[in-house]
Amino acid sequence: MGADPLPGRLDEIVEEFADLPRDLKLELLLDYANGLPRLPERYAANRDSLEQVHECQTPFFVATELEDGHVHLHFDAPDEAPTTRGFAGILHAGLDGTSPEDVLGVPADFSARLGLNDAVSPLRLRGIAAILGVVQRQVRARAAAGA
Amino acid sequence: MTVAPDTAEKLQGYAHPERLVTTDWLAAHLDDPNVVVAESDEDVLLYATGHIPGAVKVDWHTDLNDPVARDYVDAEGFARLMSEKGVSRDTTLVFYGDNFNWWAAYALWVASLFGHPDVRLLDGGRQKWLAEGRETTTEVPSPAPADYPVVERDDSEIRAFRDRVLAHARAGGRLVDVRSPGEYSGELLHMPDYPQEGALRGGHIPGASNVPWKTAANDDGTFKDAADLRRIYLDDLGLGAGADVIAYCRIGERSSHTWFVLTHLLGLGNVRNYDGSWVEWGNAVGVPIERPGQPVRPPL
Repeated sequence: MGADPLPGRLDEIVEEFADLPRDLKLELLLDYANGLPRLPERYAANRDSLEQVHECQTPFFVATELEDGHVHLHFDAPDEAPTTRGFAGILHAGLDGTSPEDVLGVPADFSARLGLNDAVSPLRLRGIAAILGVVQRQVRARAAAGA
Repeated sequence: MTVAPDTAEKLQGYAHPERLVTTDWLAAHLDDPNVVVAESDEDVLLYATGHIPGAVKVDWHTDLNDPVARDYVDAEGFARLMSEKGVSRDTTLVFYGDNFNWWAAYALWVASLFGHPDVRLLDGGRQKWLAEGRETTTEVPSPAPADYPVVERDDSEIRAFRDRVLAHARAGGRLVDVRSPGEYSGELLHMPDYPQEGALRGGHIPGASNVPWKTAANDDGTFKDAADLRRIYLDDLGLGAGADVIAYCRIGERSSHTWFVLTHLLGLGNVRNYDGSWVEWGNAVGVPIERPGQPVRPPL
């Protein structure tokens, strides 16, 4: 292996998924889907302030905030898209509250490390990479604006 | 043991009404020991969030496809899958799923490659069942393993491979491209709102007509009635009863939906699904491609 450590709780999460049989991987992904916090009122009332991730198979929205050096992530995806919600739940659990450097340090191949290739189609895995890409672009812009 | 077909009036206009069931029929047959209901979704987690009581899950990606070869499971693999799901050769197998039954139709088509005698689709799929407020559960059934014979897959009747498609195009055969107009013209290399799926070239197979799959569906997920379907595919598109037709899309799921319409709802006897579809054709070296207003290259 020898892969560089991942920021935030992502290493722990990768560890959780590792070695699980396929069915349990899907169960765990569903736990993350269910654990994804609902969109805060200020965004729910004003969805135009969210950025849509067009690479996802379902309507999916992202907002990021930078407060006192901590990144906060907000996601919105319909209940009929639990896989997409699960990916968002992983990024939320792994990265919410970390620093911009942490968020920007997540490698683009992060989704591959989850070992979901045998459980989720390649198209879906590309969705998680796209979500991460949008999060990182927003955080980069916010960090630059705040610097 | 044969389970009597659904006698709902709408279905009787179709060529093979016994291939479709309504939500009413299914609700009345959930406890029928000769019926197995299987959910096949695009989103592989959806089943776990709630499904029709007693329904098993069939995962298009991991259950129906070989993990190494780019092909479906073999005869032993299919027999094992059916056995695990409690399906025997004389079981009435009813598929339903999300997204207008794309993957349910795909699963039905794969089951047809193995000649499963009685396989049906739930008209309206998951969407209609939920819209009607019908019961769902998260309880996963553990069916007793059934005896399922090892039956060789027959790819000769309803499946098309690339070489056949090429010969078909050269002979001027009928091809139905069921993708969106943007994918057909080559402006888009993927479905609207979907990620790029890795085709290197855009366009369509020379001579193909563009009839997006959704043309055959109502907004509630059900199929249009027989008169509408006849007008669309027989009158407007001009497919005759004996037409030799190949349908394709991107990876064969949307064209399974149209294959079902042409074969079972309209009764055309010579329709094949090209499951390699655009992901294969748009990446294959040297095959002819057509774009609107341009000569086919390389020439047929």
